[in-house]
Amino acid sequence: MSAAAGDAVGEVVGSAVGALSGDAAAQPDEVAAYALRLGDDALVLAQRMGEWIAAAPELEEDVALANIALDLLGQARTLLTYAGTADGRTEDELAYLRDAEGFRNVHLVERPDDGDFAYCVARLLGFSAYQVELYARLASSTDHTLAAISAKAVKEVAYHRDHATQWVLRLGDGTEESRIRMQAGLDAVWPYLAELFETDELVARLGDVAVDPAGLHEPALAYVRGVVHQATLSVPEVAVAPGGGRRGEHTDALAPLLAEMQALPRAMPGVRW
Amino acid sequence: MHGNDATLDEPADDDPAFLALIDDDGRVEPRDAMPQGYRQSLVRQIAQHAHSEIIGMQPEGSWIGRAPSLRRKAILMAKVQDEAGHGLYLYAAAETLGVDRVDLLDRLHAGKQKYSSIFNYPTPTWADIGAIGWLVDGAAITNQVPLTRCSFGPYARAMVRICKEESFHQRQGFEILHTLSHGTTEQHEMAQQAVDRWWWPSLMMFGPADDESPNSARSMRWGIKRFSNDELRQRFVDMTVPQARALGLTLPDPDLAYDEATGHWHFGEIDFSELFDVINGNGPLNAERMAHRRGAHERGAWVRAAADAYAAKHASRSAGTAA
Repeated sequence: MSAAAGDAVGEVVGSAVGALSGDAAAQPDEVAAYALRLGDDALVLAQRMGEWIAAAPELEEDVALANIALDLLGQARTLLTYAGTADGRTEDELAYLRDAEGFRNVHLVERPDDGDFAYCVARLLGFSAYQVELYARLASSTDHTLAAISAKAVKEVAYHRDHATQWVLRLGDGTEESRIRMQAGLDAVWPYLAELFETDELVARLGDVAVDPAGLHEPALAYVRGVVHQATLSVPEVAVAPGGGRRGEHTDALAPLLAEMQALPRAMPGVRW
Repeated sequence: MHGNDATLDEPADDDPAFLALIDDDGRVEPRDAMPQGYRQSLVRQIAQHAHSEIIGMQPEGSWIGRAPSLRRKAILMAKVQDEAGHGLYLYAAAETLGVDRVDLLDRLHAGKQKYSSIFNYPTPTWADIGAIGWLVDGAAITNQVPLTRCSFGPYARAMVRICKEESFHQRQGFEILHTLSHGTTEQHEMAQQAVDRWWWPSLMMFGPADDESPNSARSMRWGIKRFSNDELRQRFVDMTVPQARALGLTLPDPDLAYDEATGHWHFGEIDFSELFDVINGNGPLNAERMAHRRGAHERGAWVRAAADAYAAKHASRSAGTAA
């Protein structure tokens, strides 16, 4: 397991990450900006999921959540590496040397779960439902690198979605307490789902290189609603949160997350680790 | 402790047939008759080993969020995940002796069973993650490789896989320290200080000196333990001294000297009063480690209860369907 983790980038992208030139019609910096969005989503959620390792409700869950965090981190590494080829930055320069306003992740992944397993599971259900639809389509991107990354990642996120589904069912249809907590977890996560499906000009300009997130809304939400109903819970009716992550506007949760993650490389810049 | 009817026919601790099996290098399997003392000794040892794996997730887990590169973060996540996996194999091995993981965890949380005291030391810098991998996992491997030939089959088989993973863990620790040692002056200093912190506690991981180790003789007679504490400690020192040179780091022992006559590295006297202090709960982080573990367990109680309730509902529903 560990050896594979260390080699994830080389193994997946390999020689494909030479430079951004996959699609003649697309501007390299725009493909990079798109890869950065997807990579930041995965990186920030990997950081959040990593907080559960050694703190999960059961030993099996420590293993499972670590696995999910590792998958997301692997996706982040390939996507950031690819994005960095546009201007010569490494995955670590992108991860460790940008401030919060430089990050392009959605708010859903940066929110703290404060050790609430129901929140963790509800978020994973929503995010993985989105990622399954995204990567399934992006595997046919005209950009060969994005297509290759997605073809591998879609298998991983299908497992994440299944894992989250199993827990929502158990917690929704478990005890009275778990039912209340799971509903509260869904209610808390729900306002942040809409941002995943917002479209913008960048995506429009990229055409067949990218996937328009607006088109993922229906299939992803249909899946989530199906799980919620099967779990005997209610689909939340709550106001949508403002969003803005794709423009670098974040909630107050992202800066402290980055402060922890980036502390050491920022304190001792320019050295090898 | 175990509601197994076989206990009625348990052989005595010095049963000649049982000892003959051990002498013949035979393996004891869960359904075989075994002396009660043998069973209890194994439960205590395997449980302590399992507890050490899961408490050991904490000092390194605290650096997952702060690992200084994404590659290091991925490796550390995978390593801590491995430790959770080791805990699982070991609890499963203990369960073949008629105990239950839930009870063993309750005993850990109640302070009735112990874990390795090494995990009560803090990890203030990134270099401590390297030192844990190199020294603590290195000492663990030295202890555990002989356990792959332990007389109790399930424990021996669990150790085969664990040792393979541990040897990777040790190499990654060595590599972290090698990078730091050959980096900037500040990084080199960070690595040296971590090695200074972890060297003596690592030597203490082998337990008290042979003449102070009450359970050792019996464990060796039963083929659970193959080498004495002092033999294993010497083996570890002999292996580690040349590695320290390769790292460009020094070990904090002025008495360390190669003995031509014996072919071993002589090392200074170990201050066991510190070890016993830590074992008795007065280590720097005993209280914090236990509080973290109990906290995670208590916060997860509603999740485990829900999983049980869901499983019970669905078992009865499918039974109802079948009828």
